[in-house]
Amino acid sequence: MVNVAMDSLTAKILARASGRDRVEVGETVVATVDKVMIHDVTGPITLDLIDNLNARIPKPESLYIFLDHYSPSPSIPASGIHRRFRIFARTNGVINFFDVGEGVCHQVMVEGIVKPGEVVVGADSHTTTYGALAAFSTGIGSSEAAYAILTGRLWFKVPEPLYVRLDGALPSYASGKDIILSVLGILGQEGANYKALEFAGPGLRTLSMSDRLTVANMSVECGAKNAIFPLDEVTLDYVREFNTPIDLSSLSYLRTAKVESPHLTLDLSTLEPMVAKPHSPANVAPVPSVEGVSIDAAFIGSCTNGRYEDLLAAARILKGRRVSKDVRLIVTPASKRVLMRALQDGLIKMLLDAGAVVTPPSCGACFGGHLGVVGDDEVIISSSNRNFVGRMGSPKAKIYLASPVTVAASALEGCVTDPRRYLG
Amino acid sequence: MCLKSVEGIVLVVGDNVDTDAIVPGRYLTLTDTRELGKHALEGLDPSIPGKLKERNLIVAGRNFGCGSSREHAVLALLGAGVKAVVAESFARIFYRNAINRGLLVVEAPGVSQKVSDGDRLVIDLESGVVVLASGETLPFKPIAREVLEIIEAGGLIERLRKELQYGRG
Repeated sequence: MVNVAMDSLTAKILARASGRDRVEVGETVVATVDKVMIHDVTGPITLDLIDNLNARIPKPESLYIFLDHYSPSPSIPASGIHRRFRIFARTNGVINFFDVGEGVCHQVMVEGIVKPGEVVVGADSHTTTYGALAAFSTGIGSSEAAYAILTGRLWFKVPEPLYVRLDGALPSYASGKDIILSVLGILGQEGANYKALEFAGPGLRTLSMSDRLTVANMSVECGAKNAIFPLDEVTLDYVREFNTPIDLSSLSYLRTAKVESPHLTLDLSTLEPMVAKPHSPANVAPVPSVEGVSIDAAFIGSCTNGRYEDLLAAARILKGRRVSKDVRLIVTPASKRVLMRALQDGLIKMLLDAGAVVTPPSCGACFGGHLGVVGDDEVIISSSNRNFVGRMGSPKAKIYLASPVTVAASALEGCVTDPRRYLG
Repeated sequence: MCLKSVEGIVLVVGDNVDTDAIVPGRYLTLTDTRELGKHALEGLDPSIPGKLKERNLIVAGRNFGCGSSREHAVLALLGAGVKAVVAESFARIFYRNAINRGLLVVEAPGVSQKVSDGDRLVIDLESGVVVLASGETLPFKPIAREVLEIIEAGGLIERLRKELQYGRG
């Protein structure tokens, strides 16, 4: 009898999806894909290929299309792309079509769409996000998306697991961003290349789903194929909140995760607020060592940190205060649902009163598309995921990545600031 | 494999060249290979697209193609006339995209220390080595069977075209 409990969560899901009892690390399996996601940047190439093959989509209900990168469109070419998608969705019966303003793909996908145990691929590197929900999800190219859309399957090499154990409790000033930046600092930019980052340990129960989503999202910045968290009470509460229909009895295999002899152990209780300095997400330092660096702009948003919890955390610092006159603070809620809740709870008013510019849901500034592009010689502190040269606009700009509370505190002071100055 | 060897003049780049550097975000509304080619590696150095007319092999350090999954990065290199990328290592999604699109990618540990800008280089696919300007040979990591199957089919979409015509075989 094989001790399946010893296998990684990723291997267990890939075994289930490829109709096998068990799969070995390194072997190639052909797995059934439950959902495929494409968007207005990577999707046009996929549509070209599908058109070129003149093929019918066998299961349009498994395809999720998002117009989120240019939302709403800032240019004539982007409008042309959007029009093409609308026609494609209509003529191919794509019911899961999310037009401009609905939100960033990864955020909407975790608002009741992705279920624990599923195999989900997306033509976007941050598709790793859904691993927070105990699903196997990974980023693919546009050609592979076309393949998965037309066949419902894709080949995967079963990744080697890299176990990360979390001990202690997450301090109130820290969040998922500080955890993943710490991990990136330790592993480096390719430290988990081709691997499955699997998080477990007693510290997990102090991580909200929002924290987990941020961690899984940025796991790709050290090259990980996917990131995954075990199914626990936090997952179940979240799934219930969004009324995601699940069959709990078939998911018990996702509850046990390996905690013994991990590759990496983090004590959450000693975590400091962290920042990634230009020009790599793995170029990480504790915030106090960078304090005082002047900034021109600050951004809170993206699939990494544009959730309600992120806006709430920032608003707690900004409430009753004013952003520095030398700084523009752009806030982009990650989805319409996030925006609506922030509106109802008064967070949007709080942010506007503090001097923030609030935009509609979009990928916008994170990838230098629109809604807050940075110029030559400017410095920005951002809650997003990448600080590569030119990522948010000018190649002459400098990008610091940090948590929403660090970004908010920095926006008030006009320079990189430790959020603990404003928190209790 | 039908390809036996690839020969060309080298452009050397460093470690962790990300796909934002290969195709900056502002060009992502383009999908035409030739148009994208005009901006290949522009994010790294605006003078590179002009150089790629005569330099058609890229030798890179570690983790080439990290970051965004944009397949535009592979299309831009192809559009600029790049025949192959030889690197110390590749990031995962870029590697798959390159294979799927028929851009030759080989991992040859040590290559970045032994090659200079403008060198002539031969990638000998039959012997599994890179032949340096000095005549010295450097082995590259064997290409996996699944990957070879895709290359032999003429890329992922050509393979899919056959599957759709003849059923899954």
